Amino acid sequence: MTSMESPAPITELTESHCPYCALQCAMTISSAGAVSPRMFPTNQGGLCQKGWTSSGLLRSPARLTTPLVRARGMLRPAGWEEALDLVASRLTEIQAQHGRDAVAVFGGGGLTNEKAYLLGKFARVALRTSRIDYNGRFCMSSAASAGLRAFGLDRGLPFPLTDLGEADVVVLVGANPAETMPPFMRHLRRAADGGGLVVVDPRRTLTAESASLHLAPAPGTDLALALGILHSTVADGLLDENYVRRRTTGFADAWRVAAAYWPERVERITGVAAADQRRVADLISTARRAYVLTGRGAEQHATGVDTVSAWINLALAHGLPGNFGSGYGCLTGQGNGQGGREHGQKADQLPGYRSIRDPQARRHMAAVWGVREEELPGPGPSAYELLDALGTPEGPKALLVFGSNPAVSAPRVAHVVDRLSTLDLLVTADLVLSETSALADVVFPVTQWAEEDGTMTNLEGRVLLRRRAVQPPEGVRTDLDVIAGLAHRLGAPGDRFPTDPEAVFAELGAASRGGAADYSGVGYERLKAGEALYWPVRGEGHPGTPRLFTDSFAHPDGRARFTAVDHTGPAEPADDDYPLTATTGRVLEHYQSGAQTRVIEELKAAVGAVFVEVHPDTAARAGLADGELGKVVSRRGEVVARVRCVPSARPDVVFLPFHFPGVQRANLVTNPALDPMSRMPEFKVCAVRLEAVA
Amino acid sequence: MRPRHVVVLGYGMAGARLADEIRRRDPDGERVALTVVGAERHGAYNRVLLPSVVAGTMAADSVRLHGEGWAREHAVDLRLGVEAVDLDLRRGLVRLSDGSELGYDTLVFATGSRPRVPPVEGLSVDGGLTDGVVAFRTLDDCARIERTASRGARIAVLGGGLLGLEAARALAGRGNRVTVVHPAAHVLDRQLDADAAAVLAAALRDAGIELRLRRTAARYLSGDGVKLDDGSTVAADLVVVCTGVRPDTALAERAGIEAEGGIVVNDELRTSDVRVHALGDCARHPGTVTGLVQPAWDQAAVLADLLTGARPSARYRGTSVVTRLKASGVDLTTLGDSHVEPGADAEVLRLHDPVRRRYAKLVLHDERVSSAIMLGFPDAAAALTHLYDRRLVAPSDRLALLVGRALPANTRALAAADLPASAVVCRCNSVSKGRLVTAWRSGSSTVDELAAETRAGTGCGGCADTVRAIADWLARTA
Repeated sequence: MTSMESPAPITELTESHCPYCALQCAMTISSAGAVSPRMFPTNQGGLCQKGWTSSGLLRSPARLTTPLVRARGMLRPAGWEEALDLVASRLTEIQAQHGRDAVAVFGGGGLTNEKAYLLGKFARVALRTSRIDYNGRFCMSSAASAGLRAFGLDRGLPFPLTDLGEADVVVLVGANPAETMPPFMRHLRRAADGGGLVVVDPRRTLTAESASLHLAPAPGTDLALALGILHSTVADGLLDENYVRRRTTGFADAWRVAAAYWPERVERITGVAAADQRRVADLISTARRAYVLTGRGAEQHATGVDTVSAWINLALAHGLPGNFGSGYGCLTGQGNGQGGREHGQKADQLPGYRSIRDPQARRHMAAVWGVREEELPGPGPSAYELLDALGTPEGPKALLVFGSNPAVSAPRVAHVVDRLSTLDLLVTADLVLSETSALADVVFPVTQWAEEDGTMTNLEGRVLLRRRAVQPPEGVRTDLDVIAGLAHRLGAPGDRFPTDPEAVFAELGAASRGGAADYSGVGYERLKAGEALYWPVRGEGHPGTPRLFTDSFAHPDGRARFTAVDHTGPAEPADDDYPLTATTGRVLEHYQSGAQTRVIEELKAAVGAVFVEVHPDTAARAGLADGELGKVVSRRGEVVARVRCVPSARPDVVFLPFHFPGVQRANLVTNPALDPMSRMPEFKVCAVRLEAVA
Repeated sequence: MRPRHVVVLGYGMAGARLADEIRRRDPDGERVALTVVGAERHGAYNRVLLPSVVAGTMAADSVRLHGEGWAREHAVDLRLGVEAVDLDLRRGLVRLSDGSELGYDTLVFATGSRPRVPPVEGLSVDGGLTDGVVAFRTLDDCARIERTASRGARIAVLGGGLLGLEAARALAGRGNRVTVVHPAAHVLDRQLDADAAAVLAAALRDAGIELRLRRTAARYLSGDGVKLDDGSTVAADLVVVCTGVRPDTALAERAGIEAEGGIVVNDELRTSDVRVHALGDCARHPGTVTGLVQPAWDQAAVLADLLTGARPSARYRGTSVVTRLKASGVDLTTLGDSHVEPGADAEVLRLHDPVRRRYAKLVLHDERVSSAIMLGFPDAAAALTHLYDRRLVAPSDRLALLVGRALPANTRALAAADLPASAVVCRCNSVSKGRLVTAWRSGSSTVDELAAETRAGTGCGGCADTVRAIADWLARTA
């Protein structure tokens, strides 16, 4: 093991941002690796326990500091050249034998813009495979699709986060920021104090506790609830007819569906009182400034896109989007969930939020990359489909994973691990030996946030620069180095895959020029100078775009579109054999698959293992008491979890956090039914039963 | 294979829904060729919403179920403004009022029901209603009300059932002076017990509605009002008749199809003739009651499964009876039949709060809700309905079940002194009260110093007040 001691002789302070969620709280890091919160518009000086303890990972003994290569079944330390040569030659062999698509790439929403961009380029130009997707597919892809459909453009929040602080009414649908991004709650205080914070969540979460009105629909019925509130809006004469006429199309068809969802009927579907549905319509319509925001609860369904569309329809009916001080937004989850979906690690996208199907976009990118257009692969399968096909006769034989841990985070995860195990070659780039890396043939140890430069695009579309603050441990390299090292070995010219983040960012800027997410005017110099740059930033003199849609929406006719969407319910409803509904989510102390946070002692001490949250009656009926071990069983698998009795829980619902490994993985039970449009799996609803452990 | 020709008689909520459900399963008409016959001139609309139209919050156009081009876009042969007048079961032929004939493979009755007009002198003339008298059943009725009665006009509503009270509430909301005449001792006597009805009556009076109970109309005098059986008069510029409906079974009966208080159907919604089905208000299935839309829509889904072959095993097993009074400011839900005597094995809970216009009665058998009346407890009613619909075991905390959100647990109100040391004050950073006390004793005496030492309040900031209260309490007591 290499020494973790920082060699810096004097303590220097570097301004940075947190390595975890999309709020990207501002922090200061000392060269000794200590973090403290910093005043910034988004976090207002706040930091949650994850952020406070984030530097623990810099010096964690769990860090990898040497490449690992599997030999005789065991992962053993190896030299960098040896490991890179091995991977490159195996990739070449596999592609020679099975074709270019036999090698797949899996990225992550936590990667910097530079890494996401270079990874996409690596797949398309060096590997020339169409098989690339990323874990953002499991995150906000439904909101992205619905936003594109409604507004012609997807930016999580199309307005600065601080605008929320002026709102009288905020409707949060399926979001639990009090646990997932605590300092975000500071922006909701005004709405909460004024009786205007509405939280839609089957669980009485910490966020719901602070709400003025908590609506607890049965899991999988959020779409019907939105239809009921839209119905109330029209039936009670609260529709913003002037806005609907001037700025939108498609209302009549959307209404035709909502007309059949009067609040009393919706009450029977959702369990949310008709009176509460009317109250929400009334609250929004009487607010001076109001927002509708969705999170994973609305989005992670096989009908996730339609569900988000239904909430957007409601926002449009009240004239919110594009009106100063009001709007619709999606709370992006991962650190760079926003930037990560714009620059080409998505199966159907090219940098600048361009479509890989669009001939003009393909010509542009081919020119930027110096390749012929016909050499660029077409769209590939989405994340779960990609994982599902691994090792099958037609599927990829090799997989490269960057910034993701699908062995914990993918749905129906036992099956996914089974697929990973059939690969000829699994390669990961990782900080610690995550569950996925433990299965790999080759693991590259890489740097993390405070050890490298890079940009992140936060949940409001603002580009942030994270500067290198500490020396990386000896022996690790950046993801950019790994990508370039492989690309050169695969025959790419020397200058095609730069490893300097600023050089990569400059190329990204040129690549995104003219695209929807245009970064061409964002440079490291402007970011260093502290400019608040929200994309699109169309050239060096451009001030950026804090608020989108104020004059027109991004569709050719400038109008927003209502979409006629209907409620169909969960893909796997509860039945006699599996009478309960399981839903999955997060706890404050952990991030995503937990690979980073589970190595922090303080966080592990707070929540160290999976639990199942249930109503005391439901536990008692299964013969279980608070604190005992229970088994949650679905058609796909089972999770053993400690019972946590919560009197506010719906008796028909159990909740599992998904951050834990092995037999504790909540995704052992989840249903991989996919949304037809976003290909988002149905993480939020599956039928289960609860049993005592024999 | 030639598609099966299905002729649907009736283009109301049941007929239109059946057409939608069929086309959802067979979008291009490969399995079912569809003809829909509607007596009204305009397209299908949502009857449930008529109170909003009368109240003036909703345009008549907004209640239509289908857009202009619906029939064309969905390959439906739609015949409007005609009725079926003759039916030949043997030949499979139905003759329409315009003289045309339609052959069918399958015929579906979705003819609904018609208002029952009481035999009161002056109400009807030549089989129609007298001027100044309307039913409350169609969009045309709404237009007639709008035409005849200005806002502020006096209106008598005959009938204090669901429809009558919804009409009365909507009209009162529109600014009319409304009197409801009802023959029974209390309103909604089909759904409510006497105590509940008394609370409801008070709520209606709050909304400006006058009630004349135990009275029937004896005579209608145009321009004057309604004379009641006790000799008194209800002055009225308009009379709205809501004295019940009868299923429209005339044609079916004439053709020899079995009907008794509705066309009798089995679980396949099949009538006594093998090629004829019925659904909605005109049909009678032992598993439900008529007059509500939910059973009709459940039936439409089953029948569409059968007629398109999408799910040949589909059967209709009934719809649990949930009635809601859709009246602004009054929240009333009844589940099941609250008149059934609970019996010794039942668990009955009751809460009677007339001053606040609230009443709750809950009957459980085997831990499951078997009937309920919930007036003025909207969110409890929502939860109960859910339990009732899904036959779920009710939570053991019956009081919480009965009152819903009325009793929120407010832990924040706990004084700083009363919090146990283990109580987590700052969730964002897992800081307990005990940890704050320790920090305070080690010299962090201000809120800022406590935050710097423990991180309490540095996350969402929601605990700032509690931290301050604890610091104050420590300063006072130390």
